[in-house]
Amino acid sequence: MSDASAHPAEEAALREPWESIARQRQAVEMGMWAFLASEILFFGGIFAGYTIYRSAYPEAFWVAGGHTSLFYGATNTAILLVSSAVIALVPRSARWLSLGSFARMMLWSGALLGIAFLVLKGFEYAEDFHEHLFPGPDFELHEKGAQLFFAFYWCLTAIHAVHLIIGIGLVARLAIAGARDPRWFSQTPAVQATALYWGLVDIIWSIVFVIVYLPGRG
Amino acid sequence: MTDAVLGDTLPHDATTFDKGYLGDGHTLRSWLLTTDHKRIAILYALTITIFFFVGGIAIALVRIELVTPAQDFVTADEYNRLFTLHGIIMVWFFLVPSIPTTFGNFLLPMMIGARDLAFPKLNLFSWYLTIIGGAFTIYVLLAGGVDTGWTFYTPYSSIYSNSHVIAAAMAVFVSGFGTIATGVNFITTTHTMRAPGLTWFRLPLFVWSMYTVSIVIVLATPVLAMTLLLMMLERFFGVPIFNPNEGGDPLLFQHLFWFYSHPAVYIMILPAMGVVSEVIPCFARRRLFGYDFMVYALIAISVIGFFVWGHHMFVSGQSAYANLVFSFLSFIVAVPSAIKVFNWTATLYRGQITYESPMLYSFGFVGLFTMGGLTGLFLASIPIDIHATDTYFVVAHFHYVMVGGTVSAFFAALHFWWPKITGRMYPEAWARFAAILMFFGFNFTFFPQFIMGWAGMPRRYGSYPPEFQVYHVLSSAGAAVLAVAYLMPLAYLTWSLRWGRRAPDNPWRATGLEWQTSSPPPTHNFEKLPIVEDEPYDYHPKGYVDQEHETAGTAESTQKGGEQQ
Repeated sequence: MSDASAHPAEEAALREPWESIARQRQAVEMGMWAFLASEILFFGGIFAGYTIYRSAYPEAFWVAGGHTSLFYGATNTAILLVSSAVIALVPRSARWLSLGSFARMMLWSGALLGIAFLVLKGFEYAEDFHEHLFPGPDFELHEKGAQLFFAFYWCLTAIHAVHLIIGIGLVARLAIAGARDPRWFSQTPAVQATALYWGLVDIIWSIVFVIVYLPGRG
Repeated sequence: MTDAVLGDTLPHDATTFDKGYLGDGHTLRSWLLTTDHKRIAILYALTITIFFFVGGIAIALVRIELVTPAQDFVTADEYNRLFTLHGIIMVWFFLVPSIPTTFGNFLLPMMIGARDLAFPKLNLFSWYLTIIGGAFTIYVLLAGGVDTGWTFYTPYSSIYSNSHVIAAAMAVFVSGFGTIATGVNFITTTHTMRAPGLTWFRLPLFVWSMYTVSIVIVLATPVLAMTLLLMMLERFFGVPIFNPNEGGDPLLFQHLFWFYSHPAVYIMILPAMGVVSEVIPCFARRRLFGYDFMVYALIAISVIGFFVWGHHMFVSGQSAYANLVFSFLSFIVAVPSAIKVFNWTATLYRGQITYESPMLYSFGFVGLFTMGGLTGLFLASIPIDIHATDTYFVVAHFHYVMVGGTVSAFFAALHFWWPKITGRMYPEAWARFAAILMFFGFNFTFFPQFIMGWAGMPRRYGSYPPEFQVYHVLSSAGAAVLAVAYLMPLAYLTWSLRWGRRAPDNPWRATGLEWQTSSPPPTHNFEKLPIVEDEPYDYHPKGYVDQEHETAGTAESTQKGGEQQ
């Protein structure tokens, strides 16, 4: 399939049906962007619902927003922003064989930050349960619409967390496979694709942070 | 028939599965783990065929119930489950995947001169997602069904229904991601893998239809996924999202649902338009009329199609201004559709038309789609829609588009590319008979529904006032004819796999790169990757004389066609 004169590292990363790694890289990147567009519409659905309810029940959303934990929310936002910076170092550095282990270290740092986020999220959820902030008969707040706010709080953060778990899995997989075959790692388009996905998950979080944690803080 | 039996069916020629990609491994593993787009297309074809008949059985039971005015064959509850199952299976497990995952998968790489799709493993993964979604559907079927209607309207679905709503929604949710993956694959493939010389405006319209439908799939399906996910979370965890008791708005669900499900109509019809745009020029021996505008029309339909969803909600209580805008936009989307119908018709003008079965199916498509489209305009006018909402008029309208349109085109594609896919010719006489029978059976089934719907027969009821019986009996009898017409291709196409005449590489003398390789194609599609130097649908290049078929009858007419260029 591939050119005999191709670089051995390129050959390690070349997949059917491609004949050149540059083209394959273009395609993977493009495919990832198309998927990210799809993801934005996926979250767009829930953001649209949130927006409509917030305009219907502005006071309730204001009051309910004040009951979220700004400490956990802000800390987690900081953690994810740092993880984004760390992962952003990967695509360029991975291209140099000599920087491969550095890139993989950055991947592990990103994954660990992601795990730290999830752990904090767990503590936050436990606290929320304790304060009766899960919608239901013994829900803490009584304003009409406050349950809606927390329904979105739980759904948004949980769906985001699932995305983050997938992201951690992808990053870890890349780091492990990259350690096994550093030459493949230096050329594979999977690096750029994984970094793009991680970036999206962080951007989604920054929107969640603004619309879920910041109302009621002014 | 005699034609096919007489061909070169020698004893050593008994098996179809020995040539090209079909001969490349005969184990179950070689199929279930394949990354060959052609084999994955076959996997999809088998899957959706099974679902087509499961959905068909569900509606056959409904049609039996409706022969008499009384509710006497199934209970009202069973009746609800039957039409729900029919809707869910036919929409998400037949119509949406039908043409893209089978013919799109098989033909897109071949039509653009590529060896495979951009992401072959992702392609296989898509199929497995569809299978997992299908498994949920089968579970629902065996566990007792779901009774919400295919639209899953809240709060009935999220709070009150005592049926398997979550499993049914999971089926749609999971298979939806399979469809998204296919869309991503097609978009990337079209952008990055076209053969040298194959510029965007040289692409066959089928490729354009796959490209535009992929964009609609990628942007619309995730909204449905989120909507169903929220509905499932509300049902499972009791968190209020659409629940009016906590201030939630069931209309929000409808908006989000139709934001997907109206574009989904275009997901179903755009590929069908692509098929017909290939078949008609071939059997009219004419260049497709107005190629550029056919492309613009596809793009326009896919863009405008995103902004008409509110016409499903005219009586829901949404704002009157919203109704006005959605009504207007729904009229606008009819313009590019009409452009397409006129261009197909104009392609026939002074063509040398032959009536092979793919052409008959395509004619069926054009006629039935036009009927479906025009009645769509009735329904886009608010006063008429208010009269016809939730009646059989609506049912007839969308069946004309989806079954008369998409399913006819699916069968056109099946016959047109059958020789390429299997390397066998099918018995033409039988196929023509089935095509004509399908057209009549279809009208026989659905035309009475327009009349009874207009007279006030509501949809989704198992019992009805006796004055509607004559229409229901007609419709059920038509459904029986239609069932025969659907079963016939199953029989003769299967027959042709073993006894059909070996197909030449290009039995229809069609343009398009897929006809330049062998039938069935080799695993990597082309011995040598093609370079494109011609415009699409070049059926009559300047000074063209058809040497191969220059016999007394055709030579004269061929030259006449050549002069028109």
